[in-house]
Amino acid sequence: METATLLMMRNELSLLIVILLLLLVELFAGQGKRIPYIATGLFLVHTLLGFWPLPEGTLFGGMFRSSPLITIIKSVLNTGVLMLFMQAGSYLQKDSNRGKITEYYILTLATLLGMYFMISAGDFLMFYLGLELATIPLAALVAYNLSQMKSIEAGAKFILLAALASGIMLFGISLIYGATGSVYFADLAEQLQLSPMLFAALAFFLTGLGFKISLVPFHFWTADVYEGAPTSVAAYLSVISKGAAVFVLITLLFTVFEPLFAAWEILIYLMAVLTITIGNLFALRQQNMQRFLAFSSIAQAGFILLGVIAGTQYGMSTVIYFLLVYIFSNLGAFGVAAIVYNSSGKINIDDYRGFYQTNPKLSLVMLLSLFSLAGIPPVAGFFGKFFLFAAAAEKGYYWLVLIAVVNTIISLYYYLRVVRAMFLDRSEEPIGRIHSDVLTRLALAISVAGIVLAGVFSQVFDWIYTVSWGM
Amino acid sequence: MDRLSLLVWVPVITMIVISFFKDPKKVRLIAAAGMAVQLVQIILLMLAFFAERQAGNDAEMLFFKDIAWYSNLNIHYTVGIDGISLSLILLTGIVIFTGVFASWEITDRAQEFFITLILLATGVFGFFISLDLFTMFLFYELAVIPMYLLIGIWGSGPKEYSAMKLTLMLMGASALLLVGLLGIYFNSAPDGGPLTFNYIEISKIHLPEAVQYFFFPLTFVGFGVLAALYPFHTWSPDGHASAPTAVSMLHAGVLMKLGGYGALRIAVMLMPQAAHEMAWIFIILATIGAVYGALGAIAQKDLKYINAYSSVSHLGLILFATLIFNQVAFEGAVLQMISHGLITALFFALIGMIYSRTHTRNIYEMGGIMKVMPVLGTAYMVAGFASLGLPGFSAFVAEMTIFVGSFQNSALFVRVATILVISSIVITAVYILRAAAIMLYGPLRKQEFELLPDARWYDKVAVFILIGAIAGMGMFPNWLAEMIYTDFTPMFNRFIAN
Repeated sequence: METATLLMMRNELSLLIVILLLLLVELFAGQGKRIPYIATGLFLVHTLLGFWPLPEGTLFGGMFRSSPLITIIKSVLNTGVLMLFMQAGSYLQKDSNRGKITEYYILTLATLLGMYFMISAGDFLMFYLGLELATIPLAALVAYNLSQMKSIEAGAKFILLAALASGIMLFGISLIYGATGSVYFADLAEQLQLSPMLFAALAFFLTGLGFKISLVPFHFWTADVYEGAPTSVAAYLSVISKGAAVFVLITLLFTVFEPLFAAWEILIYLMAVLTITIGNLFALRQQNMQRFLAFSSIAQAGFILLGVIAGTQYGMSTVIYFLLVYIFSNLGAFGVAAIVYNSSGKINIDDYRGFYQTNPKLSLVMLLSLFSLAGIPPVAGFFGKFFLFAAAAEKGYYWLVLIAVVNTIISLYYYLRVVRAMFLDRSEEPIGRIHSDVLTRLALAISVAGIVLAGVFSQVFDWIYTVSWGM
Repeated sequence: MDRLSLLVWVPVITMIVISFFKDPKKVRLIAAAGMAVQLVQIILLMLAFFAERQAGNDAEMLFFKDIAWYSNLNIHYTVGIDGISLSLILLTGIVIFTGVFASWEITDRAQEFFITLILLATGVFGFFISLDLFTMFLFYELAVIPMYLLIGIWGSGPKEYSAMKLTLMLMGASALLLVGLLGIYFNSAPDGGPLTFNYIEISKIHLPEAVQYFFFPLTFVGFGVLAALYPFHTWSPDGHASAPTAVSMLHAGVLMKLGGYGALRIAVMLMPQAAHEMAWIFIILATIGAVYGALGAIAQKDLKYINAYSSVSHLGLILFATLIFNQVAFEGAVLQMISHGLITALFFALIGMIYSRTHTRNIYEMGGIMKVMPVLGTAYMVAGFASLGLPGFSAFVAEMTIFVGSFQNSALFVRVATILVISSIVITAVYILRAAAIMLYGPLRKQEFELLPDARWYDKVAVFILIGAIAGMGMFPNWLAEMIYTDFTPMFNRFIAN
């Protein structure tokens, strides 16, 4: 194999180098508080390298694929992880995390590597390998707070349910192999035909991915795990892990499962309605910020399915655009929640009363992020939602769109609850003034810039559109 | 920078400048200056508009500007004005300018207040200049959402409840609207060719009937909720009663007109068949709204509730006029939007001023206000006379035009509805005079009221400008009426042809 072809895996290789370097860093730098800066710096280099465009092509006889779209997705994920690392620094420097700072970075990057392989997979074996690599270290990350029972419980819950889901998924894959004798995506697209067995295979397969994206009815782990996990891990689950899985879902449905459209159309339709509605209804009553954001992220995943069901190039580009916007918005909201929790230990929505009096800037970041999640102009979330709805409407799914827009109103209620606590309510004992470090503030600034600019400048969307494709 | 976009940019720049100042005194001066520039700009725009029309430029939309934005959905930033949108822009300019003066005494978080208030106005200006349904919808939502903060933070009474109710109902309406607009867009090229969001282009084609029947109700109700269409008006009394003065002014004066304007321009004009077929449902609802609102106002003791129900009644009149389908009635609808906008803004401004002195809005706790505050009292009487349709004031012109229009429609059903709607005008006289008599005349109920000051200079600025506009429109209605009528012609011809 030539070096030039191997460079097709440049992103994976450079990420691997970052992971290995981090091991060395731990050896020499000990458990110093500099590690977050070193790790973030290294990852920044990797992120910048990732923007270098890659040619289209395959490796290892079709097991590994690369295309401009895949490169973009990896860069989007990189950007999200980078922002997360910038936010996580101050949390990791706490005394309770002594001795396990590097682990956080190594585990996170290992899951990211898994997602890379999952996204680039050209057959089901590689895909499954990537999926597992992306899942197992996550369980360790969820249980990162060893001193808290809640965190450990969340980790156990996550690994058990993840194992169950991937078991079911593997069963689905084996059915596909049984029906066609192949696991290569390129071959499968031509051989699949709707049959009861393949319908079952499809349903089992969707179970596995539905678990990762936390679609209803595979969402039961979400709230508990988000609540138990450290905030930055919950954020990682809700944006990066979910984003990667959504992307894989849409590419597989559009290519391998294209002949089964009639089958997955119904399944996706049902899951979209259920996910949006149930996610929203449960979010209404949450008090805990992390649980609240968990249900909100379930609902958001449901909206994404509107772009998936369209099956068009436009639909795919709206999904990716929405993911990008969603990463900015959710990291903004999670970022503020993390800062508040780490500096004051407060996590309930009621604790945010009078937050604007003491921390006007953080409140504004939260406000913009929530408005973007709710889809209110002029921030990017509005464009993201509008385009998703347009993608579904284009194919005539007007009732689905109607259900979805009615749900955005329900979601507005609970997003406004937080806004109300921060801006409307006054409190005798508001959360004190918080001074966050430079990196965190920079990460929030990136979030805000993304939220504001991604909508106004249509170039972002147009660029995504040019690399997307439809069924 | 084109002329119309400046209407959006001036408020935006004002907001940016305000964000550098914390002192309430400086903030309100900047806000006033910014809105003064805006008002002058609008007047210059009007003069330029007349000059163009005089010069024989009979293009439907003047100062047209088109920038492609999102190419996939063929979304453009398209702006342009005709006499109809121009007159509503003028209304907005007047109301927001006087609204700043009506908020002169706000000291609690003044910076945030004026930024949010001007943000609301920005949305309204953007809405009226937009010719593209997407940007129109964007500006519509931009105008609605600041209401939540404005009512929730600076309001009074059960403000959090009212703010939430208002926001959810209006955003719920916009949800229907969103589906309607998408439906219109994806059917905007029945014979092939590129789809478009431009409503002038869409009005030139004939949307398939089935499409119209599905999306007309969505769109009409979507806009109608904002115009307090019965039975979706319930956000309005609570919202107005809890809102701070300037917000009530803007909201009842301008924001509700977005609903009427959209119902007329988008729902009715783009989907004429469905409008014709389904008009009877909405005529019934609008008639109920007009009568019910007026009756509701009689039963109220709170000044703001009286005026809020009165708005429901007058907006019912506007919606009624949009469903009569002749050019005179359409013209009357627009005139009524402007007239009601000015009068209700004056009312809410006065109520705010009186409340800030007496700390009650219950008419039975007041009495003899005329003795201590002659200027405010007289202005209240003027507003009342204007509202009940006394000749010489704007409402007379508007309501006459509507009824002249609706009597041209000889269907028995419309006749009956017209008579019922006219009866609401009579009821208007009852509640206006009742409230004024109890509150303004008679002996002073409370001795401490004797020391209350009359209007201050900034109160007078707001009040006199609004009274001037109301009287001006009442006494010289021709230029306005003619401008609206003429500019309706191309739209109306297409409406008939379709």
